[in-house]
Amino acid sequence: MVATTHRPAERQRLVRFDKAERTLHWVNATLFLIVMGTAAILYIGPLSAAVGRRELIRTIHVWTGIALPVPVLLTLASGRWGAGFRADVTRLNRWTQDDRRWFRSFGRDPYVRLGKFNPGQKLNASFVAGVIVVMLATGSIMKWFGYFPVDWRTGATFVHDWVAIALFAVVIGHIGIAFSDPDSLGSMLKGTVDTRWAREHRPRWYEEETTAGAETPLQ
Amino acid sequence: MARAAEATTVTKGTPVGRRVFLGMVGLAAAGVVFGSKAQDWLEHALAPITSRDGTGLSSFLPVGRFRIYTVTGELPNKSEAEYRLKVGGHVNQPLDLSFADLQAMPPTNLDKDFQCVTGWRVHNVKWVGVRLGDLLTRAGIKPGAGGVEFHSFDGEYTESLTMDQALRPDVIVAYSMDGKTVSSEHGGPVRLYVAPMYGYKSCKWLDGINVVQGEPQPGYWEVRGYDVDGWVGKSNGRDDTPTS
Repeated sequence: MVATTHRPAERQRLVRFDKAERTLHWVNATLFLIVMGTAAILYIGPLSAAVGRRELIRTIHVWTGIALPVPVLLTLASGRWGAGFRADVTRLNRWTQDDRRWFRSFGRDPYVRLGKFNPGQKLNASFVAGVIVVMLATGSIMKWFGYFPVDWRTGATFVHDWVAIALFAVVIGHIGIAFSDPDSLGSMLKGTVDTRWAREHRPRWYEEETTAGAETPLQ
Repeated sequence: MARAAEATTVTKGTPVGRRVFLGMVGLAAAGVVFGSKAQDWLEHALAPITSRDGTGLSSFLPVGRFRIYTVTGELPNKSEAEYRLKVGGHVNQPLDLSFADLQAMPPTNLDKDFQCVTGWRVHNVKWVGVRLGDLLTRAGIKPGAGGVEFHSFDGEYTESLTMDQALRPDVIVAYSMDGKTVSSEHGGPVRLYVAPMYGYKSCKWLDGINVVQGEPQPGYWEVRGYDVDGWVGKSNGRDDTPTS
């Protein structure tokens, strides 16, 4: 391939998600698939009837839910392995002026220059983090209801149900958007994106990665 | 200069993510504490919409819907054709009835709420069945009978009522629910419906009614801590509006 032009980065690829992040993403995705699949079986009457084995399904649902925070926490706590993830958690947490403008214009404002993540991705990440904690807490009250006031069992069920409905909507949206952007999806599978994609869709991140001092920006 | 200021905003920015996260946790905590009231309110507010919904989509919403509980690994299943109900014990004439036999008896219609001890309630469920009292009378209760025990064909679940409770007109052996044969997940083809009591008294997948002398054995959940006299609003530490 003739790669060298006056813009040397043109045909090259940027690392977007390192191995730790991709591993964490797909481990999480698998756990979410199990917890949401079993949830659907427990919640939707005809599915319950078709599958049966309610006790087994519930056990899988409960223990997968309890396991859900573990990969995130392990990655956060690990040393070099989790460095990329920790940096991205900081990025996902922080909203810039551009993010607000992007959000208010539903992504249409042409003058917005985004960093590594767009505000939709930031919201998705915060929401999923909240979901893991909220579902773990309410699910625990539902399972060990004897230790809590009678009303809390109803309240925990109420929260668990509505958050689950929101989660189904968000996850379906997440998957839909991923399939509509093959570059982005590819980077969660293989780790890298085309630099052109980065320059066009994530200009501030592109600058961060390609200016002097950036650690191994190009692969 | 402007570039440096921009660079600072890129790395710093407002911690919206943390606020979203903490906001969710806070809302959820409020939801746990006040959710039972919010649930009641929502059920009343949404009832006119969900009852007229022709698409069936509203059945996915967590309001005014049944939760399906079984105590065994599998959902018990029996067709109307293979179904049998045995009424025996301390009676003159034990009965062995088919689904059609039950349908041939005088029907009783009850249009009442179903209240679960875990908190959910389904308003205005249309039940059709045979009064338990009619069945017991047909079998002939012998003098000295103290109560009735119920058995489920899931092989595990049991329930009980005192004779006074069993003879109430709002206690039926139900074969129809909301215009259809009681489905498997709702305890069909035939289940007990004890209108004035919490759902756990309404034994699902009913196939045995046993009249006993003296006190009946407490049911499955009563051995595990629920009140034997499960009156809605007057037992299990709950104050729900009575259902019957």
